[in-house]
Order: sequence, then structure tokens, then C-alpha cells
Amino acid sequence: MQKTLHINADKCTGCLQCEMACSYDNYGVFATSKSRIKVFDFHHTGRKVPYTCTQCDEAWCLHSCPVEAITIDTLTGAKVVDEGTCVGCKVCTISCPFGTINYVQETGKVQKCDLCGGEPACAEACPTAAITYVDADWTGLDRMRAWADKLGNQPHAA
Amino acid sequence: MSWAGKILRVNLTDGTIASEPLNMTWARQYLGSRGLATKYFVEEVDATVDPLSAANKIIWATGPLTGTMASTGGRYTVITKGPLTGAIACSNSGGHWGAELKMAGWDMVVFEGRSPKPVYLYIQDDVVELRDASGLWGKSVWETEETLKKTLQDPLVRVSSIGLAGENKVLYAAIVNDLHRAAGRSGVGAVMGSKNLKAIAVRGTKGVGNVRDPKAFMAAVNAGKKVLRDNAVTGQGLPTYGTQVLMNVINEVGALPTRNHIDSQYEGAKDISAEAMATPRKSDGKKHLVTNQACFGCTIACGRISKMDEGHFTVENKPQYWGASGGLEYEAAWALGANSGVNDLEALQYANMVCNEQGMDPISFGATVSAVMELYQLGVLTKEQIGIEAPFGSAAALAKLAELTATGEGFGKDMGLGSKRLCEKYGHPELSMSVKGQEFPAYDGRGIQGMGLAYATSNRGACHLRGYTVASEILGIPVKTDPLVSEGKPELVKAFQDVTAAFDSAGICIFTSFAWSLADVAPQVAAACGEEFTVENMTTIGERIWNMERDFNNRAGFTRADDTLPKRLLTEGVKTGPAKGLVSRLPEMLPKYYEARGWDAEGRIKPETRERLGL
Repeated sequence: MQKTLHINADKCTGCLQCEMACSYDNYGVFATSKSRIKVFDFHHTGRKVPYTCTQCDEAWCLHSCPVEAITIDTLTGAKVVDEGTCVGCKVCTISCPFGTINYVQETGKVQKCDLCGGEPACAEACPTAAITYVDADWTGLDRMRAWADKLGNQPHAA
Repeated sequence: MSWAGKILRVNLTDGTIASEPLNMTWARQYLGSRGLATKYFVEEVDATVDPLSAANKIIWATGPLTGTMASTGGRYTVITKGPLTGAIACSNSGGHWGAELKMAGWDMVVFEGRSPKPVYLYIQDDVVELRDASGLWGKSVWETEETLKKTLQDPLVRVSSIGLAGENKVLYAAIVNDLHRAAGRSGVGAVMGSKNLKAIAVRGTKGVGNVRDPKAFMAAVNAGKKVLRDNAVTGQGLPTYGTQVLMNVINEVGALPTRNHIDSQYEGAKDISAEAMATPRKSDGKKHLVTNQACFGCTIACGRISKMDEGHFTVENKPQYWGASGGLEYEAAWALGANSGVNDLEALQYANMVCNEQGMDPISFGATVSAVMELYQLGVLTKEQIGIEAPFGSAAALAKLAELTATGEGFGKDMGLGSKRLCEKYGHPELSMSVKGQEFPAYDGRGIQGMGLAYATSNRGACHLRGYTVASEILGIPVKTDPLVSEGKPELVKAFQDVTAAFDSAGICIFTSFAWSLADVAPQVAAACGEEFTVENMTTIGERIWNMERDFNNRAGFTRADDTLPKRLLTEGVKTGPAKGLVSRLPEMLPKYYEARGWDAEGRIKPETRERLGL
């Protein structure tokens, strides 16, 4: 079963535990600047929205890479950058429609979410379950359950 | 070790910047943030210095847990000599700025001297520059942050700055970061203004990576997060209602200071409570509260984000106040509301936003408003002098005074003096509800006896964050004590004060202490910094810090006579509620407190105490 990161922005408080968990897992350092997941704080509305790679099936980054440095992790479905192959040309950063693959000056390579090999640190660190790691085929399960409960399980339900 | 290991020293007079290694001996004795920065300060600055002179210094400091994954590890402290009090000033803020400074590779920034013209400090990791701020001078905190992000072409830069209040040297001007988090008290913003320092903009990309034992650290961090999640206060009460959860509770126990402490229960409390913030308004059907928000790394998320009624008289035709913005915390709601007798939630939020926008401490501002209202009620101050009729309960007066104070126009100049100087000026010093010049926060020291002693002995003037015995006396954390009795309180106050100093110095938020004891903090600090940081050692560190602050104040000229409360709390009994008839029994508690502290009868630190603490 493939799983996917599932984001519910309603639950996000903007604490950035996810960003620190990401940088720590990948680089052994607490640094929001090195995180592959970013939380956006839209202060005029009070909304906080975490955003990261959704692991497209037909991944623009993978197809555009001239040296085939991006491959599919068959276990998780993640599109993974092989730093040994990446030449830092940044073509993938142009082709990605979502901006979720980015160049890192320090290494001269690009970085993106690789689902931590199947145990995403961001989801584990999130204190409010705004980020969860769930069955890729059933990201709607919780929302369906909530509606099912509302429509069919409450005393007033028909 | 999770200290960055170096500090910045900026001489504003000469325009020079130097990097220095962190004094590691002091780091191990004083931990970080509040403790460590105060150690630097007291070693370098004469205690008798004029707070607004070039000879005063001002320090922004992080702790060893700042910028790590330790829950709430995003705090920084501003240390200076406070112009409101003349005592050590030590104001703590959350948001994201502190973590950003640490991730740029600096434990603290020490500012000396005074710049001949307005400047701001720009820090991008190792690149540190003093830059011209003449274009920023005259701008609010909000405009300053927006302008700097645009000018620097960096939306991720974090800004700590002053607004008009700091520029105008309002004696309770705050330093604000991330739009609505503030190092709020004692007038630290006025010191910044006096130095022509408008802002510090920071971008840190290095991160914090030198944790001593990463595996043990993550285990301790995760254990700590679980404790916070499972606790009723930090896991449910604070995220849902914020600190405002206290409004009705404190009112019921009869310790909600009302109308400048004339009363101790407020008939309008429910209108300005957490529950009111979450109930749709009659005017436009929308809720005042939009959502909660966390500071950096915080898994509690008590912050309030509110949105005003656009048709309210305070913000009609002022769209800059219509967006979601930092909402009322309990202290602000009390100071602007109960203490001035104003039960118009929207008006309180407007005044609160002006405080954030222009950098003012809402506690001291609100308490100064209430002193003015009492002077108005007595006929000492008139409509002509103030510029508006100012009876208790006037939302219009509250809003107008907020604007005048920030801009320094008209009566705003007097307002900016704070209640002590203002009441003295108009011949009624007894009406200032303050200690050492700093106004009380939201708990009546008669109905909660421990708090009376905590206020009288707080090193930065009246304050709830130096020794929050409300936790024990009202909430039963860690053990329930009777708020109406004074027995045992000297020891309780001392214990809270010492432990709080240790929490503050670690770089975490004191609100964790609703759930955490030092037994939860010490393993995190130990894994990050060194095995010697046990509960026992951290308690001693806290006590050492408290005594160091006290020693500075004594050298600044404070004596036993300053460890007191306004006459009202010592002689006028509470009028209603469970504490009816009570006055503060400070005179009984103070000598016992000195004894518990190892101080002499005049409140001076005994030589053997100095020796025991290594001072």
C-alpha cells in the first residue's frame, strides 16, 4: 500500500515543528531554511498552510531532468533526488508547477521531499495532526467519516 | 552543546560590529537568555546609569533551547536597565525572531552607545551591517516590518522593532517582533528609541546543529511534547481559549482588579472573556476570534488571532485594522477592559492593536488609563486637560488615549510617563497601582496573597511572570494552596521565582510550566548542553539569577522601602467576593521572604548567600 502526506491546513498552528523535523532528519540540524516542507502564514486571514511535494505520478521534475538524477522510490512512490547524479542545473525547479523542488547553494544540488523513506518526520512531529501520512487511495477517508457521522450517526439523522 | 558559541557586539556610537566567543564559564553558571544576558549586563554596566543615556546597554538574547525542536523553544529576552523602573529590565518574547537569530549563529546581540542617526541592524548569518533607517523612522512596527521585507527582497526575514512609542520614549514602550509578539514590559522599547535603533532584521540559514546528544535530546523533546499534549491546561485550555480562559475564573475568586483596583470583581467580565471572543457578535454575526496561533516550535499554541467588526466606531474607515491580527491575551483584556471598566470587546481589541502597531505595553498603558480615569472621577483632571471626557467605562476615551500615547500628541505626553510619574505630577501618587514604577498585571494581591508578595519583590517591578503563584493558589499547580492566607507564601514565592528564572534562561516559554516541572526541562537541557544540568543545578541557577538581579537593583539604589505595595492594597479591604475585607498581608510576609532568601532585614544579600550561590 502506498501512502501519501495529507495536509489539513485548518489544524495548522504555524509552530514549524514540521520544518525543524524535516531539516533535522535530512541534515542533522534544526534549520527551517533547510526544510523541504514550508508553512505559509497568511497573517491578514490568520491562515497557516503547510506545503510540500505531492509526489506527482507523472512528475515534471523527473521528466525534465537531463541527467536522470530523479528516480521513483518503488516502495513509497516518492520522487527522489540522487545527489551523486544531480548537476545542479535547476531545470527541475523551473518545470515543477508547484515550486516544491528547490536548489540548495550549500550543496550545489536540488532538494525535495522524499517521504523520509516511508516514515515522514514532519507528520510525526506535527502536534495537531495537520500533517498525516495516510493510505494514498483514501486521503478522503476522514472527511467522509465526518460527514457520515453527521448525516447518519447523530440522533437527529434520518 | 546547543549554544551558538558566539555573540555580536555592536557599538552604535562608533558604528562598529564585532564577533566575540560566548563566555562558556558564564553560560554554565547562568544558562542563557535572561540569566546569561543579565550576567553580561551587570558586569558591563554601572547600576546607577541613566536608562535613556548612551551609557546604558541593551541586549537581545536567546537560550540554549532557542531554535531547537524543544517545544516553545523560540523565545528571546531583551535585557537592559528599564526607564519605567530604574531597575533591571528583562522582557521576553516569542514569535519567530529569537529562533531566527539563533539559526543565524548568534546567542545574543549586545548594543552599546547611541547612534548619531536612525539605524537598523541587518543580520544574515555572518553578514552583519548597520544600515541607515532614516526612511523607517516615524513608521509603525507593522510598516517597518513590511518595508524591510520589501527593501531587503526577503519575505523570510524576521524583524524586531519599535514603533512610534519607542521613538517617542514612552516609558512603557515595547519591542515587537513578527507583528504582534512583544518584549513588552519596563520600557525596553524606549531604550531602543533612545539609541536611534529602529529595528533588527535577521535571516538565519545555518540552523542549530550542535546538540550534545541528539538521540537523548529527541527522546526528551518528544517526552516533553507528550506531557504538554496530555495536560488539561496546555493540551486543551490554552489552545482553545488562550490565556483569556482566566477572565471568568479570576473574577469569580474575587481577584480581578477593577477600575484601578477600587473593586476586585468586574460586572462586565463575561463581555470581555474568552467565551465572548468565541461567540458571534450581535453587530455582524461574526466571531471576534479567528483562530489560535503558535510561536516558533510551540506545541501549545495559545496565541489569539482576532478580526474586528469593521463597522465599530474605532475602526470605521480604517482598513488597516480590518484584517486578522494579534488578539487579546488575558493581561491585555484585563488592563484595557476590567481595569478601566470598559466592557466593549471591540474597543479593547482596537487599543490592543494600537499597542502592537506602535509598540506599547498594554498592561502599563491600560493601568495608566485607569489611573487617569480615577483622577478624572476625582475632578483632578478635566476634559480640557485630557482632550476627551474620561470616566471609567468610556471606550471612546480608551481608544483616544491609545492613539495620543503612541503619537505623543497633547495629553499623550503625560500618558507616556506611566501611572507613577503621572499620578505624582497631578498630586496623587497613591493612585498609581504600581511597584517600582511598573504597573500591576491582572491579579489582585489582596485576593491572591502570594501575588502581592510576588509583585512587591519582583526584580523588574510589578509583574506576574516572575513568580506566578496563581498557578498554585488558584489552579492547584503543582499543589493547591489557599489564596486567602499568607502562611507559606514567602517560601512559595521564592520557589516560583527561582524556577521561573531557570525556565526563562533555557529559551522556552514559561507557559510550559503549567505542565512541566524542571524534571521535564532538565533532561532536554542536559541532552542539549551537558550532563551537569540536573534539576538541582537548574534550581540553583535560577536562584543565582534571581540574586544577581536583586544585587543589581540594590546597587541601583533600591532598598527594602521599594519592596512594597500601593496604600490601597495594604489598607483598603476587598469589597466583594471570597476575599471580602482582606488587605495584603505583605508586612507579615516580607521579613519571612527575606529570611527564606538568605537576605538581611534590609533586603540585602548576606555574604554567606553570595558564597553559596557563587556570586
